[in-house]
Amino acid sequence: MSLTAKDKKMVKAFWAKVAGKAEDIGCDALSRTLVVYPQTKTYFSHWKDLSPGSAPVRKHGGTIMGGISLAVASIDDISAGLLALSELHAFKLRVDPANFKILSHNILVVLAILFPNDFNPEAHVAMDKFLAAVGRALSEKYR
Amino acid sequence: MSSYKRRLFILATSPTQCRPTSKINKIQHAFWRSVPILLKTLLKLRPSVYDSLDSVKETSTASNMVQWTDFERATIQSVFEKMDYDDVGPAALSRCLVVYPWTQRYFGNFGNLYNAAAIQGNPMVAAHGKTVLHGLDRAVKNMDDIKATYAELSVLHSEKLRVDPDNFRLLADCLTIVVAARMGAAFTADVQGAFQKFLAVVVSSLGKQYH
Repeated sequence: MSLTAKDKKMVKAFWAKVAGKAEDIGCDALSRTLVVYPQTKTYFSHWKDLSPGSAPVRKHGGTIMGGISLAVASIDDISAGLLALSELHAFKLRVDPANFKILSHNILVVLAILFPNDFNPEAHVAMDKFLAAVGRALSEKYR
Repeated sequence: MSSYKRRLFILATSPTQCRPTSKINKIQHAFWRSVPILLKTLLKLRPSVYDSLDSVKETSTASNMVQWTDFERATIQSVFEKMDYDDVGPAALSRCLVVYPWTQRYFGNFGNLYNAAAIQGNPMVAAHGKTVLHGLDRAVKNMDDIKATYAELSVLHSEKLRVDPDNFRLLADCLTIVVAARMGAAFTADVQGAFQKFLAVVVSSLGKQYH
């Protein structure tokens, strides 16, 4: 299920529309992940405040969206573009790759809430495939 | 294969053709037909490794029920009360057929599913989307025993429709996305949690009667 030329075009076009709200998207998606999938909180025991929309959550949501923007820019070779991030997740953070799927799902939910008209089924399938490819690229160096 | 077993095989696969003729053959036939039934019964009676576990002995069926908080109950009732089934059902099913195209395998006789526009405009897809969502209503009205409520539908989906139960999860995800789009900011993280828990119970119940 690799990205076709049509998918890449759709992702770039859709991202151009939503990039302005990237921090809000990241913050809301991460908040939802922590509330709806409480097991993900185990990765953030070093934060003082894990409630939705708190300062560390907002900041980290922004960081994650920065990574996604980088992936959009490197969409023709996501593995190469995300090499440094992949090494970070593999050797330092060691986030279980199942959590990439959880965060991707919540990003899609937030996109549906913030852009109900633009996030039509074609945009949905392209973004779903793209986020899955990002998850795969991030897990590259795990073993 | 012996000639008798060959005839039994033909009998099993095309019942109108081979029939036992003589009286001896009828007795043999009855014997061989009963063997698989006997085997199944004996297998069911064998002690299960779980019988010896203390935790399994002590639990009653009541505590196997899903526990719902007051917030979850209220949220589910409220979300479905405000929902337009005739809008959300078709939207969720058509989205599922576009985002996960392999799900189209179950809709071979629905006509034109060649692209997203065709799927979203297809009247059979729309009708079926409404059917599915009205089916969800049963769970909304019987939250305390969703498993029993869906036992019959589970058998239908496994024996007659032969739907891979993973598809229920895919449709549930699409339904979550559609409801999020309709509800907007009202679809908070807590509401999402309750909604996804509800759908997870529905999906699990629909898969219960598969064997």
